[in-house]
Amino acid sequence: MTALLEVREVRVHFGGVVAVDGVSFDAEQGELLGLIGPNGAGKTTLMRAITGVIRPQSGSIRLAGRDLAGLPTHRRVRLGLGLSQQLVSPFTTMTAVQNVALAAGYRKTGAPLAALIQMRRAPELARARELLELVGVRGLADRLPGDLPLGDLKRVEVARALALDPKLLLLDEPLAGLNHIEAAALADTITALNRDGLTVVLIEHNLGEVMRICSRLVVVDNGRKLAEGPPREVMGEAKVRAAYLGEEVEDAAA
Amino acid sequence: MTGIIGNYEMSLLTMVGITVTFALSLNLITGLCGQISLGHAAFYGAGAYAAAMLTKAGVPFALALLAAAAVAAAIGLVVGLASLRVRHDFLAITTMGVGFLFIGIVRQQDALGGTMGISSIPDPGLGKAGFMALCLASAGVVALFSLYVKRSWMGYAFDSIADDEDTARIVGINVPAYKLAAFAIGTGIAGVAGGLYAHNVGIIDPDSFGFIESITVLAMVVIGGNGSVWGVTVAAVMLSMLPHWFQFIDNYKLLVYGGLVFAVMRFSPGGLAGLFAGGLERLRRARMPS
Repeated sequence: MTALLEVREVRVHFGGVVAVDGVSFDAEQGELLGLIGPNGAGKTTLMRAITGVIRPQSGSIRLAGRDLAGLPTHRRVRLGLGLSQQLVSPFTTMTAVQNVALAAGYRKTGAPLAALIQMRRAPELARARELLELVGVRGLADRLPGDLPLGDLKRVEVARALALDPKLLLLDEPLAGLNHIEAAALADTITALNRDGLTVVLIEHNLGEVMRICSRLVVVDNGRKLAEGPPREVMGEAKVRAAYLGEEVEDAAA
Repeated sequence: MTGIIGNYEMSLLTMVGITVTFALSLNLITGLCGQISLGHAAFYGAGAYAAAMLTKAGVPFALALLAAAAVAAAIGLVVGLASLRVRHDFLAITTMGVGFLFIGIVRQQDALGGTMGISSIPDPGLGKAGFMALCLASAGVVALFSLYVKRSWMGYAFDSIADDEDTARIVGINVPAYKLAAFAIGTGIAGVAGGLYAHNVGIIDPDSFGFIESITVLAMVVIGGNGSVWGVTVAAVMLSMLPHWFQFIDNYKLLVYGGLVFAVMRFSPGGLAGLFAGGLERLRRARMPS
C-alpha cells in the first residue's frame, strides 16, 4: 500500500544552517500521526516544505502518489492538503461562518473569471454551519474573529481546513496556547475526525495529548528523524527521552 | 436637453461621469482586492493616448474606446505581473514608479507628441448632451459592475486577499491570478475613462496623467471608503465638483485633498461609508433601550 503522504529524504538549509537534514516519513491512509520534537527540531520547517511555503534543496514529497515539487500552496491545498497554522490567521473582516464558507466554495474559486459568474453562497454557508457544528462552535458562526477567544478560533480554523474536503489534515500546534481543558477537548475533536476516516498529521508540543490520541509518532531532533513507531515504544527510547526531555530532566527523573 | 440644463452643467456632469468611472476603476484594485496603487493615472493616460491616436487615425470612436481598454489592461497586466512579489508599501512605491515611468516614456516619444501631447482630437460626434449621457452611463455601468463583482465569488476571494493573502492561499485561492484579474479589469476601465477624457477635452499632454492625478484618484477611494462602491462614487462626485464650485480650491487642490485624506485616516478610516455605517449603528443603539 502506498502512503497518503510520502516524505522522502527532505533536506532544507537556510544559508549554512541545516534546518531539516534528510527526513523521511509516511502518513498512512486513516492514521493519526504525531510529528514531535523539541523546539528548533525542524518540525515547522518540515511543515512549510510540505505546504510549499519553502522549497527543499533536495528530497521529494508526494500526496496520494502525486509529486508536490514546484507546486504553489494553493495547488497543494486543492490536491487535498488541509492546513491549520500554528498562529491562528482568520480573515478578520469576515464572520466565522464566512471564513469557513469561503473555503467550502473552493470549487467556485478555482479561477477568477469562473468565480465572477458564481453568485450563490447559500450552499457553502450551510455547509460551513455544519462544519462549525462538527468542531463544536456552531453558536459562534456569526461572530467576528476579533471577538472570539483563541480556543474557539482554533476550532474555526479546523472547520475552515475541513471545508476543503481534504485527504490529509495537517495541523501545526493546534493545542498551543490553550489551557488543558480546552486542549483535551480539541484533541478529542481531532480524534473524532480521525475516527470518521480523515488522515491527520499533528505537529504538537503538548506531549500528554499527543501520547493520548496519536496512533504513531515520528520524532525529529536537530533536523533529523530520531525515531518512529507507537507512542509508548518511541517515548521509551533513551535517545528520544534525552532529546525531547533533555538530559537534566532525565537525570532528575532517574 | 440644452433647454433643461446649461452648457456649464453639462460639461460639469460629463467630467463627473468620467471621474467616477476612473475612481471606481481604482476601487476595484485597491478597494476590492486590497492592492494599493499610486500610479493609476498611468492607465488613464494609456487609454487617453490610445483612444486619441486611433480616432485621429480615423478609427470609429466606439472601437477606439474598446482599444483604449485593451491597451490599458495589457499594460496593467504587465505591471501586475511585475508587482506580484511586492506588497503594501513596496507595492505603493512600485506603482508610483510606474506612474513616473509612463510620463517619462510618453514625453520622449515624438509619435505621441512628446511634451506637447496630442491636440485636435476629433469630436466623437455625439453632441454635448450625448457625450454627457455616455460618460454618466459609463459611471453607472461601472458602479453596477462593481456591485456585482462584490457579490460574486470573485469578490469573496478578493475580500480574502485584501484581508490576508497568505491565508487566502491556504484556502486554495490562486492569489496571483486574482490579483492579475483585478489589475486587468481595473486598468482596463481606467483606459475607458482615459479615452472619454481625451475626447472630452480634445487635447492631452503627459502632465495630465501625472502623480497628482494618481493621488487625487486615490484620495477619492480613501475618502469614499476603500471598497465601498457608493462611498467612492459620492467622494468622486464631490471632489470633482468642489474645484468648480469654489474656484479657490483649485489653487489649493493638493492641500485640500491631502487634508481630507489625513482627516479620514485619522478620524474615520472607513471613509464616508464608514462614517455612515457608524452613524446608523449609533442611531440603532440610541433607539434600543439598554
